Amino acid sequence: MSDVMTETREQATAQQATRADNTQAILKVTDLKQHFPISRNFTVKAVNGVSFEIYPGETYGLVGESGSGKTTIGRSIIRLHTPTEGSILFQDKEIAGSLDHETKQMLRRDMQMIFQDPMSSLNPRKKVGDIIGEGLDIHKRYSSSQERSDAVADMLKKVGLSPTHAERYPHQFSGGQRQRVGIARALIMNPKLIIADECISALDVSIQAQVVNLMKDIQDEIGCAYLFIAHDLSMVKYISDRIGVLHLGYMVETGTTDEIFSNPVHPYTKSLLSAVPHPNPEVEKKRHSVPYDKDAEGVDYSVGTIHQLEGTHSVLATDEEFSRWT
Amino acid sequence: MEMNEKAILEVRDLDISFKTNAGVIHAIRGVNLDLQKGETVAIVGESGSGKSVTVKAAVGLLDANATVNAGQILYRYKDDNGNEEVVDLLTMSKRELRKKINGRRIAMVFQDPMTSLDPTMTIGKQVMEGILLHKKQDKNAAYARALELLELVGITDAEKRMKNYPHQLSGGMRQRVVIAMALASDPDILICDEPTTALDVTIQARILELIKDVQERLGLSVIYITHDLGVVAKVADYVNVMYAGRIVEVANVNEIFYEPRHPYTWGLLAAMPDLELDDDRLNSIPGSPPNLLHEPEGDAFAPRNAYAMAIDEKMAPPMFKLSDTHFVASWLAHPDAPQIELPDELKARIERSRKEAQSYA
Repeated sequence: MSDVMTETREQATAQQATRADNTQAILKVTDLKQHFPISRNFTVKAVNGVSFEIYPGETYGLVGESGSGKTTIGRSIIRLHTPTEGSILFQDKEIAGSLDHETKQMLRRDMQMIFQDPMSSLNPRKKVGDIIGEGLDIHKRYSSSQERSDAVADMLKKVGLSPTHAERYPHQFSGGQRQRVGIARALIMNPKLIIADECISALDVSIQAQVVNLMKDIQDEIGCAYLFIAHDLSMVKYISDRIGVLHLGYMVETGTTDEIFSNPVHPYTKSLLSAVPHPNPEVEKKRHSVPYDKDAEGVDYSVGTIHQLEGTHSVLATDEEFSRWT
Repeated sequence: MEMNEKAILEVRDLDISFKTNAGVIHAIRGVNLDLQKGETVAIVGESGSGKSVTVKAAVGLLDANATVNAGQILYRYKDDNGNEEVVDLLTMSKRELRKKINGRRIAMVFQDPMTSLDPTMTIGKQVMEGILLHKKQDKNAAYARALELLELVGITDAEKRMKNYPHQLSGGMRQRVVIAMALASDPDILICDEPTTALDVTIQARILELIKDVQERLGLSVIYITHDLGVVAKVADYVNVMYAGRIVEVANVNEIFYEPRHPYTWGLLAAMPDLELDDDRLNSIPGSPPNLLHEPEGDAFAPRNAYAMAIDEKMAPPMFKLSDTHFVASWLAHPDAPQIELPDELKARIERSRKEAQSYA
């Protein structure tokens, strides 16, 4: 059993290696900068030149502490912020800046978002069936009301709820069920890319596992790509094919999940990995986390350049730092 | 009042319900809990399992719609003359609790450091407040003590920080200030209600190490409320697993992680993503926790339990004693019950944990 699993995993990694040359990235973010001017002399530089690509059907995990800019990146991609600089290509169309009607329609159909808090992201005055069907209404994707209610019922079944739930209101559901509604709403448009911003952090441990499994099943079925934003590294490891580690608005390290977890290079990544508590008391009582202080280490992200290691693994460093860390 | 020799806090048969518009919610259904001097006890459970309510009852912070139906919370302390006394915290009035117990002897650290600090007061003033109130010291002494406390919790430039307001500090720093405030009047017991849930992993590790360090230095007894088993592994001596208002398994930390006996504990352990394993699926507990508006019949966990037996639907299991430290409320522990092996994935994981532990020893 486990042999089969490692095999498929290896195949997947092999696929990724070749994919970089063959397939087109569904989302290509290049040198994204997102600054927020607060006053004349003070600007919050939330994101400082981040680049990454997401391929069809894969899951890209963005991790980092609060304030690292991971949520801002997600919001910039879905156009809740206007990027200060840089380009965002979605299905080969530039989407940073003003758009024509057609691109807008395409974007709103093919890119969807799952939010963190399932209570505040669902309209409390709408029935669940109408929340899920809203996308269909807007894009006029059905010819009869029967077709619409069938689509909603299918979607409810797909996320593990019952079609009769369509007549209920969000407050009648538990947290995990509400997040399933959020997922159903994102999926009904058959999106190519789903941005999941901390979509499991508000849920209990036993429910988190259910939702993550559901997201994986759906990906296998419809082949959508996920941008999975989270601060919980162990969950990110579970769901992601590739991972980007953010710190203070810079992408300090990126690579496949295996590369990041088995061979972390950047001291921040190492510190982040060491901070994850292991569910093993004998070990955990003796282990200490590795502290990381950017200033004490004398690391200046703005002068670093991207250094390529093997495969897709790359790290932000100056030449001197790079030789010191590897 | 009788109390275990070494125990400092004992919860006995606690039973609490809440009156709501929808009906009466029976949130705590007979909870027993022991805390011994110098120990760390963790209460683990999902939201709504009643872990916070249990400790809130001890410090008189229950909401107005709560009724304590039965039970005792015994607390042993030395009064100002050095005589040992035992009181039942549930019989004390709120006023008495505030005056004698809260902050002074039992202090609490809450989840969100921003909401537990006053945004209009400087850090220094807030830390000094407790000292001035409980210790009856003059301002200069209180200032010196506050400074000492801030240094104890690892705040650099403490003198400067005293003049800062909460919004000028980061989340981790704020939580340090809250811990300093909790320690201000030398409490015996520190209750930490999800102290790191609102913080980043890197900061979480440091705050947990800080609480542990302070505990050793001051000889505190600590109660941790958390849903994160990783945190439990790091800090706890004893673990209480709670489900639907009951404690379903009590054991020392090694027994919980290496020899769990309750199917719910199995589920919790198996649902944690494993950094070592390249698994494609997480093991989840099916279903969701029961709604305590309707009193569950039999074992509350039975509908989600793959190993449930016929008796689970009729009668709630009593606590079975497995060893001096290990108790479990599951019919599977009954001598007549079929021998159920641990689920394979969990078995493999525990095997690996043990090996890893050996390499650390």
